[in-house]
Amino acid sequence: MPATARKQTIATAPASPSNGHVVALQVRPPARYDLGKIAASVSRNVVPPLVVLAILLAIWQVLCSSPTASLPSPLQVWQESYDLIAYPFFNYGSQDIGLGWRVIVSLQRVAYGFGLAAIAGVVIGAIIGQSAWAMRGLDPIFQVLRTVPPLAWLPLSLAAFQDSNPSAIFVIFITSIWPVIINTAVGVRNIPQDYRNVAQVLRLNQLEFFWKIMLPSAAPYIFTGLRIGVGLSWLAIVAAEMLTGGVGIGFFIWDAWNSSRLPDIIVALAYIGVVGFALDKLVAATGRLITRGASAN
Amino acid sequence: MTAYLKLDHIDKHFDRGGVRAEVLKGINLSISKGEFVSIIGHSGCGKSTLLNLIAGLTPVSVGAVLLENREVNEPGPERAVVFQNHSLLPWLSVYENVNLAVSKVFGNTKSKAERHDWVMQNLDLVQMAHAKDKRPSEISGGMKQRVGIARALSMEPKILLLDEPFGALDALTRAHLQDAVMEIHARLGNTMVMITHDVDEAVLLSDRIVMMTNGPAARIGEVLDVPIARPRNRIELASDRTYLRCREAVLKFLYERHRFVEAAE
Repeated sequence: MPATARKQTIATAPASPSNGHVVALQVRPPARYDLGKIAASVSRNVVPPLVVLAILLAIWQVLCSSPTASLPSPLQVWQESYDLIAYPFFNYGSQDIGLGWRVIVSLQRVAYGFGLAAIAGVVIGAIIGQSAWAMRGLDPIFQVLRTVPPLAWLPLSLAAFQDSNPSAIFVIFITSIWPVIINTAVGVRNIPQDYRNVAQVLRLNQLEFFWKIMLPSAAPYIFTGLRIGVGLSWLAIVAAEMLTGGVGIGFFIWDAWNSSRLPDIIVALAYIGVVGFALDKLVAATGRLITRGASAN
Repeated sequence: MTAYLKLDHIDKHFDRGGVRAEVLKGINLSISKGEFVSIIGHSGCGKSTLLNLIAGLTPVSVGAVLLENREVNEPGPERAVVFQNHSLLPWLSVYENVNLAVSKVFGNTKSKAERHDWVMQNLDLVQMAHAKDKRPSEISGGMKQRVGIARALSMEPKILLLDEPFGALDALTRAHLQDAVMEIHARLGNTMVMITHDVDEAVLLSDRIVMMTNGPAARIGEVLDVPIARPRNRIELASDRTYLRCREAVLKFLYERHRFVEAAE
């Protein structure tokens, strides 16, 4: 669909200047109208969330402004944690660093754990998807394992790795691999018989089939799995870091709780939410970019 | 007449849950080099299965498919298939779709420049060189089928198998593509086997028409020679006596002697 929409705008664009030669005024109104349309679409999509956010902050402010309130109000957060909000990248020593740095450390762990999960998940999923027997045998096991909460893996991985950093990475890996495996397997099973016939007539070998038919054909499914996986791994890292320590954003929350800095926790929550949202959109956008055209037939 | 492709006493049945479904029974057919043979029959008579047997996509139950006296029982580029629904890979451009076949078949024997020329030559043959950078989703159904034909031809097949290649196209586009196939057949002299359910198409294109009886356990009912000189012109043929006689023979076979019984489906 986007392709046809693009084609239409290209097709109409050369037409309008030719109209413009006849009556000069006619060229401008469409352009202004377009700008207006963009502004309208922006206001349609941006204004409502801002208004709702303002209302929610106001309610929060009212609820938490009494002196006996147990949680800080938004104004209090702004005043007490101003340095964390305004300067994400300050660095005053080992534990006194901006939240931006902490997020980057956490993202590194996610990159390792999720990167491994993505590669292993796609390969395992591709193998399982190729075999009906493996699918039938392994699917129930995966369906059970994927419901295990991330933190339940942590003691085991601490025992196995004897170190906090690889344990945290393993927790991310084991949390995010299931949706990747399951979705890849489904995508591989759904490769149209036509494409398999083409591969057979061409006598593509297993490796060529994997790269040239399987990956592109299953890509929409794979990216659905990756998108779920990256969300889960971001959930897992914050929780894992609270227990394993280090410099990540998760440990920062635990540290702030232990020193009763509630406003800092609220700022950190906002960081986590925004980064998680960005990760989700990033994977979704990558998926759209790569699978462009693959689903249209 | 020496047989180039020989179908030797072929049976095909599918076993599912202890129930045996007979699809084809006792199929014998010899096709000589350069011949254009159509296989016609009502839907469900197993003609597509027969083509898949020749392509090697489906294994035969009894009997053998012989190409140049050698048994073939797996798919390969020497029996290229033009699929009913074009089966182009939507994530590759027109050029890349043909190039996938060319680089696989000629990867060791042709240089990169030769392979490029060969891809372009085949796209030229079906008049699709102008759209080489387009994705399949950006071109019409007829154009997709042209690319499908170019991809099959680019494998330099011994036999070109066409599985109802024009079934999904409108009448005008279909006529254009039929002319294109006739021209290619005249120029390259390929051996072609085409599945169709269109009587006019079968008579126009074929040297011989193989008529299938209705399934289950479909047989070859009759083989009709089409003694019309080539090149053939569809407008002149419209009133040609031999053409009309052949057309009538096929129609009689399909609608008098082997009427399609809907209730049996």
